[in-house]
Amino acid sequence: MAVRPQSIKVRVAEVVPVTPLVKRFRFVPLAGGLLPAFSGGAHTVVEMHDGAVVRRNPYSLMGSPDELDSYQISVRKVEDSRGGSVFMHERVKAGDEMAVSPPVNLFAIAWDARKHLLLAGGIGITPFVSQMIQLDRSEMPFELHYCIRNDDRGPYWRDLQQRYGRRVQVHRAESGLGMDVEALLVMQPLGTHLFVCGPGPMIEGVYATARGLGWPEENLHSERFQAPATGAAFDVVLRRSSKRVHVGTHESLLEAIEAADVEAPYLCRGGACGQCETGVLACDGRLIHNDHYLSAEERAAGRKIMPCVSRFEGRELVLDL
Amino acid sequence: MLVSGIKSRPVYGTLAPNEQARLNIVFADGEGALAVLAMKPAAPTAFWARTHVIYVAGGSAPQGHFAKLQALGTHSCHEAPTIASALPRLKALLGAARMGTQLYLAGTEPLMGEGMRVAGEYGIRHQSIRTEHRGSLARRVQCVHCKGITESVTTNIVPCAHCGLHLLVRDHYSRRVGAFQGVNIDAEAPGQLPKVEEVFK
Repeated sequence: MAVRPQSIKVRVAEVVPVTPLVKRFRFVPLAGGLLPAFSGGAHTVVEMHDGAVVRRNPYSLMGSPDELDSYQISVRKVEDSRGGSVFMHERVKAGDEMAVSPPVNLFAIAWDARKHLLLAGGIGITPFVSQMIQLDRSEMPFELHYCIRNDDRGPYWRDLQQRYGRRVQVHRAESGLGMDVEALLVMQPLGTHLFVCGPGPMIEGVYATARGLGWPEENLHSERFQAPATGAAFDVVLRRSSKRVHVGTHESLLEAIEAADVEAPYLCRGGACGQCETGVLACDGRLIHNDHYLSAEERAAGRKIMPCVSRFEGRELVLDL
Repeated sequence: MLVSGIKSRPVYGTLAPNEQARLNIVFADGEGALAVLAMKPAAPTAFWARTHVIYVAGGSAPQGHFAKLQALGTHSCHEAPTIASALPRLKALLGAARMGTQLYLAGTEPLMGEGMRVAGEYGIRHQSIRTEHRGSLARRVQCVHCKGITESVTTNIVPCAHCGLHLLVRDHYSRRVGAFQGVNIDAEAPGQLPKVEEVFK
């Protein structure tokens, strides 16, 4: 498949092992010069050509927003998943050519906040690396609470503690000293904005605690890089393009649409941003909504689907694409 | 004459107690007291025990709303003669507050506008404030030319209290200033004004 016009051709300048499961990749623009500017919390979508399969996975940009000669991402290897992280870990080497999207920020700093309370779980640390550079430079108060399994498994905690001192608190689950979310939230000054990035259950737990303590929705921000769920293969009809597309078990609906050379919008590829919202023209079966975007009413109405993470089960699905 | 559908025009709701909140701050004026009292059936005693009230009676003082607010059994209940003189107390409460504090604004638009503006200084976004409009529709108007504020405007066209230009009062609202915008209406033909009507009673 052709590289999308808006993607940027890059060369892998460096692959650095950070922990047994995490590698850091540095990309430099093939054309030389500078890459597009980004702000703290932004991500890029990395295109992976694995034989005939094209995967596009989002990763937080974790370099400094001031240094645009390269982009840096960290990838945690997840076995038994759709294979994007395994591809990055096992196949991508320094010198390879790849393509990345211009940066998108769905986890931006709240400039009206009086304090940023940042909660990271494991590889969820990545968006905070660039956020903290920007917060620190802007002299905005922040506090990072970083939950890791043990000293060897948490990427970057030593560097961050060195850089920001007591503003970085590390909570080690194996030591039995996990993070007491309620005790932490109850003492935050008015005007604090909470940012959480980590596994789904962590985000849900933190949100439930915050809501129970009377935190308003406007002050809660999260980012989950949810991989599209796998599931039974199915067919989909794209009405405007007059195409019938097969969606494989380990492929997302969006990936299958792209593989059929049909242009579909997207930003986060994780069911959060709403950009890929697509009209359902006919559905003889059941839509499997895996996103965090559509409301309960919209799901019940069954006229919209988020192809980046959602699937279908049944006889026929016709989309407005 | 009045351009409608302007998005900055604030939309107000109906007060309801936030039972998750660990601290409540109520700022009300005039008839706004009735919106606070209307929460009574939905609010348990414990809710009032963690609630501070600041009230500006203004012209509705003879109706004795303040005494009814005092009878709610709130943590504190304070009366101020004007909106401006109530703000230091509101700021003191917000300055000491932690996350989990709910702000309620009830009464006139100038009160709610000032309450929102001050709340913004403490990092509270306007979306998370509970509001209810009661009483007068009179507007606080900022002259876009000299930036002066004209208070208690009830007509569609008003002379600016500062520079004297005839201003058309628009629905265009500034949250930062807490006022509607007034734009000179007779710039091209001075003195030729459309009919002046009392539209914000």
